[in-house]
Parts: sequence; structure tokens; C-alpha cells
Amino acid sequence: MSKALPAVVRSVSTRGRLFAALCRTAIWSAVGVLAILLACVLWQSWGWLDLSFLTSYDSAIDPRRAGILAGLWGSFWLMILTMFISVPVGIGAAIYLEEYAGDTWVTRLIRVNLANLAGVPSIVYGILGLTVFVRMFGIFRAGGLVQQLTGWEVVAVKVVGIRIPLPLGSAVLAGALTLSLMILPVIIVAAQEALRAVPPSIRHASLALGATRWQTIRHQVLPAAVPGMLTGIILSASRAIGETAPLIMVGAATFLRSTPGGITHLTELLTNFPSVLDAPFSEYTAMTIQVYNWVKQPSDDYRHAAAAGILVLLIALLSLNALAIYVRNRFQKRLSV
Amino acid sequence: MASLLHSLSDLVKQRQETERAAPGNDPGPRGIKAETRKLDFFYGPHQVLFDISLTIPERSVTALIGPSGCGKSTFLRTLNRMNEIIENTQLIGQVLLDGTDIYGPDVDVAQLRKRVGMVFQKSTPFPKSIFDNVAYGPRIAGLRDKKQLAEIVEQSLSRAALWNEAKDRLKQSALALSGGQQQRLCIARALATNPEVLLMDEPASALDPASTAHVEDLIFELKRNYTIVIVTHNMQQAARVSDHTAFFYEGRLIEMGVTTGLFTKPKEKRTEDYITGRFG
Ligand SMILES: Nc1ncnc2c1ncn2[C@@H]1O[C@H](COP(=O)(O)OP(=O)(O)OP(=O)(O)O)[C@@H](O)[C@H]1O
Ligand SMILES: [Mg+2]
Repeated sequence: MSKALPAVVRSVSTRGRLFAALCRTAIWSAVGVLAILLACVLWQSWGWLDLSFLTSYDSAIDPRRAGILAGLWGSFWLMILTMFISVPVGIGAAIYLEEYAGDTWVTRLIRVNLANLAGVPSIVYGILGLTVFVRMFGIFRAGGLVQQLTGWEVVAVKVVGIRIPLPLGSAVLAGALTLSLMILPVIIVAAQEALRAVPPSIRHASLALGATRWQTIRHQVLPAAVPGMLTGIILSASRAIGETAPLIMVGAATFLRSTPGGITHLTELLTNFPSVLDAPFSEYTAMTIQVYNWVKQPSDDYRHAAAAGILVLLIALLSLNALAIYVRNRFQKRLSV
Repeated sequence: MASLLHSLSDLVKQRQETERAAPGNDPGPRGIKAETRKLDFFYGPHQVLFDISLTIPERSVTALIGPSGCGKSTFLRTLNRMNEIIENTQLIGQVLLDGTDIYGPDVDVAQLRKRVGMVFQKSTPFPKSIFDNVAYGPRIAGLRDKKQLAEIVEQSLSRAALWNEAKDRLKQSALALSGGQQQRLCIARALATNPEVLLMDEPASALDPASTAHVEDLIFELKRNYTIVIVTHNMQQAARVSDHTAFFYEGRLIEMGVTTGLFTKPKEKRTEDYITGRFG
């Protein structure tokens, strides 16, 4: 057969095969590097990742006894708070921009700059978080603006029984707010795309049946956009859990032998309410920070602890993604045929 | 060409006989349901409707015909304010429904659209079950009672001639229906809010002959209770289903009259040219 093909066709098909081969090389070299990395981590962490690694605090003297408990809980709280802050704000902002805001120069400026914000290096958000959330522009320090205006030196406020330190200092909440700022652009842009992808005919049909704008958004647009929004949330959550630089800026501890609110067991989340309320204002560390800290140690044995930490981080990341993809597919199935 | 006119007028006459024979179809004088006065419409700077004054009699079918782009859909949308969804448009003039200006300051648009339902050219089922599609209108109007909802769904689907095909699969996705079934579903969905006026923009243009016949029968049936305005490109269809016909050309209302008259003795040359297929 191929003999009968004219020369031009054959050269086109050769070029096609060449291109396919290039693509194959690209994907396999990427997978290869990844596999080597994973193999290294697995090799180094062999025998180090066990239950006691997950249930003990860090140790400054004995790498064998160093554990990731503080980082695990720190990252858990960071994630929970970051999501609680960024998802409603991000989705709300996207809905406003797509569904309600008119086409003024202000909204156009915001739309254009959202994409730019998504590309800002995370360390910049760290610096921002340090000024805004950790120090709160210094207005609460002795002789600061608040004291000048009120005459008191405010160090904390009590809101419905929760003591909120002012400024926030190096609390989990300050870290979560910083991470939220960092991932908000991604969440907003993804949610905007998802909203835009809902066919106008669906909106029109709903409006034509006498639905108000809000009813149309609530019952037609949002359900159809949820899978796309979740994709953005998954991506940004993965990014947030893997961040180190901005957390170092906003004061996550490199060495810490406590967990936020002193909670070390999942059941306490449901039973120990005062601690749960206390957790957002506690000091914290994160898995990434602990790994970073171990890698820096001179003793070679800490390298193994670091590898074990990376493995825990990867497992957490993958289960987070798996959960989100599962939820997204459930939604998609409910919507389609 | 003359023979085409003749066949159209035959269609009209034939239909009138069946209509007269049908009980409960009283051909007596009817009130005015809706009316436009000196309506102009603009997309941005581009004017597409010029000085349209037209009356729509109640409990009858009014057909809008005219070449593509002459503004039929635009006119239809002004009747339930769906034109307002499109940004940067302007409307001058009045649209009256039962004598009240629907563009008046204290008109609730959502309420208006419940009274003036709409079926689009392309069927637009929601990605939900058949039941939820039909129940959507009543639900957003605040109806929660399961039994009542089920009743409305059955009634609407029966009226849209879809009940027999759909009754065993109400919980299945509406997207699994065929094109013709989807269009009838959209009609059922519009009927479920119990509108007074039903606007249909080429409701049968994407349907096969059997489904088209279904929809036409349906329109014929519905006009006992509803006022229907239908846009169609199909002269035979206009002749078969409508009582009044309005001919639009380049954004102007050229001629409006009783369908029999318009199809047998058009007053305007352009109307005759159009319905005999000389252009458009
Ligand atoms: N959303 C819009 N924005 C700008 N111009 C529009 C819009 N919709 C319609 N037009 C213009 O208005 C004019 C009338 O359009 P309309 O859709 O009312 O025509 P029509 O008679 O329904 O045509 P058809 O038979 O092809 O459906 C056309 O010139 C069209 O280009
Ligand atoms: Mg049209």
C-alpha cells in the first residue's frame, strides 16, 4: 500500500510520525524524571515512615525520634482555614464579576489584573501577609495609631468568647489569610471560566420561565459551573499545601513541639470545642516547613526524616486531589445524561 | 405562483372547516390580548424595528412571517421583555398586555414572564430530569407540594403530547430525549407556569414532519385557552395553524390581517412576493 503513495504524502506522514515520536519523548522524559524522584524519596524514607513518625513531634537532637505531627496538624489547619476563606470569597467574586458587574473600566481593570495576580511569586504574597495580617501595619503596637486614637494599648479583642490577638502575629489564621490571597486569583479565574461556559440558552430559558436573576444563578448556572469551579479549587489547594516561602515570611515556626489548639486527634475536632476555636490563633508549623528545616540540618540522618516528610506531603496532596475529583465526577454525573 | 397561493388558501379553508366542526371553538369576536404601539427597537445604534403597531387577539394564533433578519425574533422578545437580557439595546414605544404597559415602572419582569411564556427555536432542556424540567417554573414560583407538582407535570406533559412517551422515564435526564421530544418538553415546561400568552420562535424548525405535525396539532389545541404568537418560516405552517398573520419586512410591519385574507388576497405586492416564494 505505502508503495503506491505519492512522494508528497509519504513525506507528510513521515513528518507526522516524527512529531509523534517527539511528543512521546517529551512525555516519557517527564515521567522518567518524576519516577526517579519518587524512587529516591521512597528509597531514602524506607524504614523511616512509620506510625511513630506521624504521631511524634520534631526532635532537635535525635533524627530517629523526629516526627511530623506538628506539621501535619499545622498544614491541616492551614488548609481548612484557607479553603474556608478563599472558596466563598473567590466564588462570590467570580459570580459578581460574571453575573452582576457591568462593563465599566473598573471591572475591566480587575478582570485583566486577576490573571496577572495569579502569576505573582508567592514570596510577594508572603511580604504582603507579613505587613497586613501579621503586623497589621503596626497600628496596634505601643505608641501606634490605635493607642494614639483611643488611649489604650489594644493587644486582643474578645468576640463571642474567642480571644483574637491584635495584631494577629504568627498565628495559623495569618498564614491562612496569606495563602488565601495567593490562591484567590486562581480560584476566581477558574470560576469565571466555569460560569462563562454555561450556555446562555440555559439562562435565557430559565429567565423566560419567570425565574429571577438570582434563581437562575442558584438553580441553573451554579450547578452547571460547579465541576469547573472545583477544578480551580483543587489546583489552588494543591498549590497552597505545597507552599513554603510565604509561610516562612509570615512566621510559621521551623521548630515547634505543639499543634494548633493542642488538638492531636481527629475526634477532638468534634468534642473539644474551645480548642477548635483557639486553634486559628495558635502558633504553627507546616509539613513543608519541617521538611525544609530537616534538609538544612548537618546530620545526614535528618535527610531520611525529610524524605519521609515529603512522602507524607505527597500522600496528603494525592488524597486531597482524589477526593476533589471524586466530588467533581459525582456532580458531573448528576448533571449529564 | 398563482397555484401556490391557491394551495395555501385551500389549506386555510380546509382548516376553517375542521375548526367550525370542532365543538367549543367559538369563532366569535375576541378581545385584544396584547398590543404594540409605535415600537422602535435598537441594537446599539442599529435600528431593527420601525414603528410597529400591531394587535394580538386573545385565544387565537398570530403568525409572524418575513424574510430572515427582518426582526421577527426581536419583536417576539419585546413582548416578554427578553430583549432586556441583551446589553446595549433600546426600545421606544409601548407594549400593552391587557391594556397595561409592560414596560411601566412598577411591572415585575419575572411575574410578566410567568404570564407571557416563551418557547425558543432551539430546544433548551435543562440538564435535569424530565420531571424537574417541567416542575422548574412552578417550583421557582414557590410551589413545594409534591402532589400538586406531580399533577402539574402530568397535565403539562399531556398537553404537550409527551406524556405517553415520558411517563415511565420522568426521573431520567431530559437530555436523553430526542430532538422532537425535547422541543415538546420545552413547550410543556412553558405551559407548566400556566401562562396567558405563549410566544413561539420557530418551534418546529428543527423537527421532522411527524413531530412538526404533533406540535401544530398542539398549537391548535392550545389556542382554546392561550393566546399564541408564533414565528415561522413555513408558509404552509402559518396557513395551517394561524388565525392572523403579520408580515414583517426589513424591520417594518408591512401587512397584518386575518390569515385567510392575507394568504388569498394580499394587499401589498411585497407580501404576495414573499408568500409565493419570489424572495426571502
Ligand atoms: N443580539 C443582537 N445584537 C445585535 N444585533 C442583533 C441581535 N439579534 C439580532 N440582531 C439583528 O437584528 C436584526 C433582526 O434580527 P432577528 O433575529 O429579529 O431576525 P429574524 O426575523 O428573527 O430572523 P430569522 O428569521 O433569521 O430568525 C438582524 O439584522 C440581526 O442581525
Ligand atoms: Mg429569528
